[in-house]
Amino acid sequence: MSKELIRLRDVCMAFDDELVLDHLNLYFNDKEFLTLLGPSGCGKTTTLRIIGGFATPTSGDVLFDGVRINDVPPYKRQINTVFQKYALFPHLNVFENIAFGLRMQKRPDPSDPTGKRMVKIPEEEIRERVMEMLEVISLKGFEHRKPDALSGGQQQRVAIARALVNRPKVLLLDEPLAALDLKLRKDMQIELKRIQQQVGITFIYVTHDQEEALTMSDTIVVMDKGTIQQIGTPEDIYNEPKNAFVADFIGESNIIDGVMLRDKCVKMYGREFPCLDGGFAENEPVDVVIRPEDIDIVPVEQGQLVGTVTNVTFKGMQYDIIVDFKGFKWLIQTTDHSPVGSRIGIKIDPDGIHIMKKSQYSGMFGDYSSFSEEYDELDDASLAPDEEESGDEE
Amino acid sequence: MKNKLSRLTIPYVIWMALFVVAPIIMVVIYAFSSADGGFTLSNFAKMGTYAVVFTRSFKLALIATAICLLIGYPVSYIMSKEGPRFQRIAMVLIMLPMWMNFLLRTYSWMSILENNGLLNQLFQKIGLIALYNNVFGTDLQFFRMINTQGAVVLGMVYNYLPFMILPIYSVIVKLDNSLIEAARDLGANSVNVFRRVILPLSLPGVLSGITMVFVPSVSTFAISKMLGGGTELLLGDLIEQQFLGGAYNPQLGAAISLVMMIIVVVCMWVMNRFGEGEEQAVMM
Repeated sequence: MSKELIRLRDVCMAFDDELVLDHLNLYFNDKEFLTLLGPSGCGKTTTLRIIGGFATPTSGDVLFDGVRINDVPPYKRQINTVFQKYALFPHLNVFENIAFGLRMQKRPDPSDPTGKRMVKIPEEEIRERVMEMLEVISLKGFEHRKPDALSGGQQQRVAIARALVNRPKVLLLDEPLAALDLKLRKDMQIELKRIQQQVGITFIYVTHDQEEALTMSDTIVVMDKGTIQQIGTPEDIYNEPKNAFVADFIGESNIIDGVMLRDKCVKMYGREFPCLDGGFAENEPVDVVIRPEDIDIVPVEQGQLVGTVTNVTFKGMQYDIIVDFKGFKWLIQTTDHSPVGSRIGIKIDPDGIHIMKKSQYSGMFGDYSSFSEEYDELDDASLAPDEEESGDEE
Repeated sequence: MKNKLSRLTIPYVIWMALFVVAPIIMVVIYAFSSADGGFTLSNFAKMGTYAVVFTRSFKLALIATAICLLIGYPVSYIMSKEGPRFQRIAMVLIMLPMWMNFLLRTYSWMSILENNGLLNQLFQKIGLIALYNNVFGTDLQFFRMINTQGAVVLGMVYNYLPFMILPIYSVIVKLDNSLIEAARDLGANSVNVFRRVILPLSLPGVLSGITMVFVPSVSTFAISKMLGGGTELLLGDLIEQQFLGGAYNPQLGAAISLVMMIIVVVCMWVMNRFGEGEEQAVMM
């Protein structure tokens, strides 16, 4: 696709005795939108800070265009950052905030033939470039406002403009939407993707929000405990998770113990299910991932498996139902209502079954037993006052 | 609800009226009164003779404030960059002298600066005075330190320095580190980070530090009395003399107080106007 821009080679990071990044190897392509995704403490922000120059790795190399930049301070890198809490300068107005980076810059004087004399960027050019950025972020006319007179979304966009006006090769974004409300967050996701395509540079985005990652990214890097769990396109990550951690972190998953009898045939609950995966040893124990939306509810006699509905939650677009299959609870998303206590059969198409090798995460995720108990408790709590009310009526 | 809460302020309002507003009104009335109680402007006319005291007071207070700022800002800045343990210890050390009586502190400076005080004895022992006499061909027994303007300024700086450090420190220590990182990220080197971000954002602390040092310095009387030996008469001494001293004239004392208060208020107002934009900045 496009050429490699940044490479992390064998990067380790330790705070005190705690290893935060464990021999990380990762490269970033030019002009791509890459997301570092993982739970808090997985090392994603540390990775970003190393690229930005705010942290120096304990060992390993950071290469930019093939040159080692471990010891290059942040202000000399062609990288800019959008900070989590925006970090706009409160004493400067929008215009001066965006112009800040340009005012710091010096470049060779074009009128000096030796090219050694450095001059500041002329005021007209600063003005032009800031106005251009205000256009990109659709905040024209706001240049004299102080940051505290802007809404969260507007502050966010100013922070992005302030970084982009310097024409960096890479923009780092550290959970930039975390402080926004849901609606605004969705709008900003689209906005960010549009800006990235418009300016055509690499965005490295850090988030713990899987939906954000799936919406915007060209490439997703899933991290946990300082190591990379999987790298791939959003479709790859969702459809072909490498282990139980990834399957559980990205979307909802039922993860069941199975045995791979042979290629394209897996055994669960003592039954054989046709699937599309292969390349495992004969009778190899595996983790089977079934996404809740890939399960069809059928009459009991036609079902590959038969279970009892223990919980139903209305979610607007669909019902989330919890079904007990021999003590292991599954989450099924369906548009059909099945009452609690009813016996239902289910059918899974071969392409709805994804097989993963056993990993350190096996058995930790994918069971909705605790989930349904939580729901039971919540239901009880919400039912109690209702019952009282109806009692009063009588 | 709101009414109930506002009722709680009544004692405070009474307190303020009794002990702040009423005295100020009395000062104003006295300032415009003659000894027999009639209206007069002569108190202000008399003040011309004391112009030299006014200038001296403001000059010394300004010098002391400037020195406090020069010492206080770097100290606050360095302190805020250190670990929490260092900050706690430094804070205690800065506050420690303030837990001692003000007069006692100043008195101890007297015994340090006296003609045969601690410092002069030390200078004698290490031969500094003899060396000075050799070099400049003088015949000094001691350095004259006490009863000089320098001693008065020293007393002011010593006593009021914490009032400069504390507000500046509390502003700098609260500065969001991500602002500094953002500035570095946008290409600012250390000098520019300080000049463009830290300094403007710490201005409100500087302004309140200046106020808190300048106002007591300009009106002090104990320091000048003890370290200036009465020769360096300041406004505070002048006012004290009118009320307690031999030159008993409370009407004149009130007039001087009033003029001093007006000058100080005007100074503060001008300074706060100057720092208004930054004041908002720190509110965030």
